[in-house]
Amino acid sequence: MDKRAVFRSWWLPTAFALPQLALIALFFYWPAVAVVRWAFTLEPPFGGSAEFVGLANFRDVFADPLYWNSVVVSLTFALAGTLSTIFIGLVLALAVDRQLPGSGAVRFLYILPYAIAGPAAGMAFRFILSPERGLMASVNSVFPDFWNPAKYGSHALILVIVVFAWKWAGYTFIFLLAGLQSVPKSLTEAAAMDGSGPIRRAIDIQIPMLAPTLFFLTVIMMTEGFVGADTYGIVARTTDGGPNHGTDVMVYRIVEEAFRGLNYSGASAQSIVLIGLIMIFTFIQFRFVERRVHYK
Amino acid sequence: MKISVLTSVLAGLLAATTLTATTTPAHAEKTKFEFWYGLSGDLGERVQEACSKFNQSQGDFEIVCTSQNGYDTTLQNTIAAYRSKKQPAITQIYDAGTLDLMLSKAFIPAKTLMADNGYTIDWNNYFGGIANYYATAAGELNSFPFNSSTAMFYYNADAFAKAGIDFKPDTWEQVEEAARKLKAAGYECPMGMSFDTWATMEQFSAIHNQPIATQANGYKGLDAEVVFNKTKFVDQVKFLKKLADEKLVVVKTKQLGMDVVPAFTSQTCQMIQTSVADHGTIGKTMPESVKWDMAMLPVWKGTERQNSLVGGASLWVMAGRPEAEYKGAAAFLNYLGTPEMTQWWSTVTGYIPVTKTGFDAMKANGFYDKAPYKGRELAIASLTYTPTSENTRGIRLGGFTQIRKEVGTALEAIFMQNADVQTALDQAAERSNTILRRFEKTYAGQTLN
Repeated sequence: MDKRAVFRSWWLPTAFALPQLALIALFFYWPAVAVVRWAFTLEPPFGGSAEFVGLANFRDVFADPLYWNSVVVSLTFALAGTLSTIFIGLVLALAVDRQLPGSGAVRFLYILPYAIAGPAAGMAFRFILSPERGLMASVNSVFPDFWNPAKYGSHALILVIVVFAWKWAGYTFIFLLAGLQSVPKSLTEAAAMDGSGPIRRAIDIQIPMLAPTLFFLTVIMMTEGFVGADTYGIVARTTDGGPNHGTDVMVYRIVEEAFRGLNYSGASAQSIVLIGLIMIFTFIQFRFVERRVHYK
Repeated sequence: MKISVLTSVLAGLLAATTLTATTTPAHAEKTKFEFWYGLSGDLGERVQEACSKFNQSQGDFEIVCTSQNGYDTTLQNTIAAYRSKKQPAITQIYDAGTLDLMLSKAFIPAKTLMADNGYTIDWNNYFGGIANYYATAAGELNSFPFNSSTAMFYYNADAFAKAGIDFKPDTWEQVEEAARKLKAAGYECPMGMSFDTWATMEQFSAIHNQPIATQANGYKGLDAEVVFNKTKFVDQVKFLKKLADEKLVVVKTKQLGMDVVPAFTSQTCQMIQTSVADHGTIGKTMPESVKWDMAMLPVWKGTERQNSLVGGASLWVMAGRPEAEYKGAAAFLNYLGTPEMTQWWSTVTGYIPVTKTGFDAMKANGFYDKAPYKGRELAIASLTYTPTSENTRGIRLGGFTQIRKEVGTALEAIFMQNADVQTALDQAAERSNTILRRFEKTYAGQTLN
């Protein structure tokens, strides 16, 4: 039997919730409303007559082939970024979970990249992986253009995904390690006594038990890849969306359009489409993937 | 008894508060006003120095100067501040943001401000090539030219001597010849280039008297359309691409590992085009034993050279501040315009003096004969080479930052991915025109004055 404590008056709980509600309204709903208003009007940046233009801003966005290019780039980036961060985080977590000598120290090291801001990591990797001056310069001198993110869009996309994975693998690692620690030791020990090796145990026992964590991380990483501040920071610091729109992810496009192009209306329309896309993806994930996740 | 104690205490408190209230505002307060600027690092510190010089020079006003760390952030922050009615009195806006400010009605024209506050300014004292960029079509200044530059051609004189080149690269034919000789002498990168359009497109078009857009580069109306895909600029890109294919021109961008200026100072590349504002940096970074020189941008043989375009930023006085602040702003802008301040600013930064008297004073002092500054007068020569024509007055196009990016992307596609020159530039022009039409629609009903 649950024993419940209930407020007798309605105003006291409301008063408790009020600061939180005010913050949400101020920092979430109010900007969201402003974006919606902007998306349906054309307004000069300094203010003035905001002319209602209906769906014209959306039509402009959809009519632009480069917009669809950025949707494809964003999808590729978010999917590849999510899969690689989770895969790397999982391998590292499984290894650290075995409690071999030194795992305490490496656990700390694995988390460390997460503490570094995306733009800073992007800046560092731009130098490390620059085709003429970085680590790959010696390879390039033997095989010209073996690695050239300034020339090939695919290389540039790999570059930004590498930076993203480098940073966010530490984040997935924390969650997956915590998840692994709640897998009953008796199960893995029993499997070990039956003669199965670490990989067999991981595939048959640990990973299935991690399903809720993996699902959670997929949702978070997809969202981060699509709209994360880091995604913008990494692209802005490494490739500037290039070469020739090869890494023009949606958030980068929106920020550029709004703040360099001062096209607040077009950028707002793109933001709303992006929000819609994320809602669809999250819905798909919950509707079709979560069904296969067992929490207990 | 109790009550009387309470009342006496209250009376005492009251007396104390009234006493403090009457004693404080004895001396007159200085009028404070704000100035936002985009320069950062070393140049930002020089701006701070100018502010403190002004604060020490008089006792009526106090200017508070804040760096917004970048030209584009200064514009964004000014917009945000203006919309929430917290704008600074003075803000520094870069060349590409000029039209947005002009159409905003959020500023006080330079001429009005100075006249209202009792300053007589000889507006003809500004170099025409500089003032025209920031003036109305009728020639009246809206903002104050502040930090001004133009693009120049830098070359490594030692490398030229070693390769047996005995001429200065004044024409593009000579640049090609020099590049071939440098290549033959074993130099890997005779000329470095980036996808920055400022020198390659804007300055090239100006000095060759080629339009970038119709309607006098946008000065005559918001219905301007870009035409850079139909001018000599196309031939120039084809020429550069041909040289690039022969490895006579080498692309240097930060994505590849090194931009053009470090490529020049590390003696990787022997010729580059960049701003005169880099003159100081190059002088400081280049080893002292290496001889290098700066020239005006090359033209094609047989071209009647025109003046080049001014780059940099100007100072705008924002509307909607209390009247007293404008007195201070006018005093500050007047102070910056004095010959002494003009000379100080040009000396410590490398930006060119914007007024004729400032330039003359510097020439008279022998500033341009001294070693680290020698040659900088060429920038003035380039800017004032001819009176401005329709094509060299400036560029007044909406969303110009984005147009620059479109052209930069086209160059990227041409030089890195072998896209066809004409097709890539046509695409950039088409996209630029879309940007211009949207800008026109955003400011529907407004006309340029």
